[in-house]
Amino acid sequence: MIWAKEETLSRSEIEEIQLAKLKKTVNYVYENLPAYRVKMDAVGVKPDHIKTLADVKYLPFITKQDMRDQYPFGWFAVPQKDIVRIHASSGTTGKPTVVGYTRNDLKNWAECVARLACAGGATSESVAQICFGYGMFTGALGLHSGLERIGAAIIPSSTGNTQKQIMYMKDFGTSLLVATPSYALRIGEVAMEMGLNPQKDIRLKVGLFGSEMLTEAIRAECVKVFGDQILVTSNYGMSEIGGPGVSGECEYLCGFHINEDHFLCEIIDPKTGEVLPYGEKGELVVTCLDKEAQPLVRCRTRDITRLICEPCKCGRTTIRMENFSGRTDDMLKIKGVNVFPSQIEEVLLSMDEIGPHYEIIVEKVGHTDKLTIRVELAPEKMTDDYQQLKAISKKINSKLKIILGLDTIIKLESPNTLQRFEGKAKRVRDLRPKETLKND
Amino acid sequence: MKFIKQLSVFIENRTGRLNEITRVLAESDINIVCVSLADTSEYGVFRLIVSNPKKAQEILNEKGFSSTLTDVIGVNLPHHFGMLNKMTEALTGAEISLSYVYALNSGKDNAQIIIKTSDNSKAEKVLKETGFELMDSVSAYNL
Repeated sequence: MIWAKEETLSRSEIEEIQLAKLKKTVNYVYENLPAYRVKMDAVGVKPDHIKTLADVKYLPFITKQDMRDQYPFGWFAVPQKDIVRIHASSGTTGKPTVVGYTRNDLKNWAECVARLACAGGATSESVAQICFGYGMFTGALGLHSGLERIGAAIIPSSTGNTQKQIMYMKDFGTSLLVATPSYALRIGEVAMEMGLNPQKDIRLKVGLFGSEMLTEAIRAECVKVFGDQILVTSNYGMSEIGGPGVSGECEYLCGFHINEDHFLCEIIDPKTGEVLPYGEKGELVVTCLDKEAQPLVRCRTRDITRLICEPCKCGRTTIRMENFSGRTDDMLKIKGVNVFPSQIEEVLLSMDEIGPHYEIIVEKVGHTDKLTIRVELAPEKMTDDYQQLKAISKKINSKLKIILGLDTIIKLESPNTLQRFEGKAKRVRDLRPKETLKND
Repeated sequence: MKFIKQLSVFIENRTGRLNEITRVLAESDINIVCVSLADTSEYGVFRLIVSNPKKAQEILNEKGFSSTLTDVIGVNLPHHFGMLNKMTEALTGAEISLSYVYALNSGKDNAQIIIKTSDNSKAEKVLKETGFELMDSVSAYNL
């Protein structure tokens, strides 16, 4: 089902809407957002310079650092009395980035999320359990409001106490799960430890996963755990631009449909800042077209993707983002080679000798980078034979070498040894001294 | 004859890991008859003959360890010069290779060892023909 008519407009119709909203937004920020007006004046761009959609390239970027510099409310374009909600990013490094919403922003947010949830299979029949942390994090309340708009029955179970989560799922007949992909797998694992069969005792039809990259390997693993009936999709957003609701996958799993009447997306070269032609891979830059409280223009996401314009079989005409291949700040530079953790994950998950959990450790030994990967031996693959155990590590090593061109040290461990995560999984530990990172 | 089921447990080379395994077995009233473990660098296979291998394996896997049961042979060796050599001669003659050997028990007149070979069924036949007495599994579990 398609939720809104805006998802099926022709290219010229959607671009007309985008241009009108872009002009309005640029005027609005120039008048109401001093932090951005300064940036525009610095490069000599005035609102009336924006005559076509392509002219967006003349506008300055907003980075995460710009957001932090104006902490807490420097990017609010409305008076305090019009703000009705404040969220903040997890802020693992330094100050969190704050995001404010007016009443209209909340309404649009729910609408945007409703479209993605609907594309991912949510209906008014869904019993939706939301295992995102309720609180400052935008994910939980974002999905909550979108699913509520669709009319799903919401179980706001938040995070923690996995056994109780599973009890709700079983007893309340949860059919839709909102979680990080790694937590969904954890739920399956704990359910089996409790003696339950995740395919029979839990009947999930829809997995709306987010907050973490969903690789194809993890998607396949989720289907393996919860059964063929489940449609596992991912959706995209970031707290700076209001949380989830920017784009999401439909049942054809061929990219994330963008809510184009609310967000204008570009792909740039992360080094030069130049806009790349359609179809090329680079950093995603998002301009909010409808925001009142925090109308960010050309927000750098650091997420790497490409845009797909070919029509989708689902009937939506919106441009799609390809499934993400990493984040510019997730990228590891090891012995001069660019490595995305997602590349490693694809390899690890394609092997049934090991479980789906892993940890990547990067160290500096002398002047050389050392890449170690901890994996868990699948219990049913245990063997008495050292040669066979060695062969497992060797197989992982050679598969990774083909993909990365690097030698890795594979550490086999017992099941349940590696840390499990309820929120965003932290699977990479870069133990190299900071200054060598900069020099690289 | 039924082979002796040896419990093989995956063990990382990390302080306290052996303790975790033996604690699980102790708490489950499993008697350990004998063990074999080498000082490998990253991980090893902890091999044990225990009073109830099937139960021990189930409990260990439930507690998150990787373990498996392996068929091994218990050979009775009287305390005479050349008995171990007689056994290896017999196996070599039949082109059977030994994967590993460790001691199960040593008594007044006899010693018992555990062996794992490239072909246990053939080894069993050859050793019996050579005059060796092999241990039945139940008596190994209850030593």
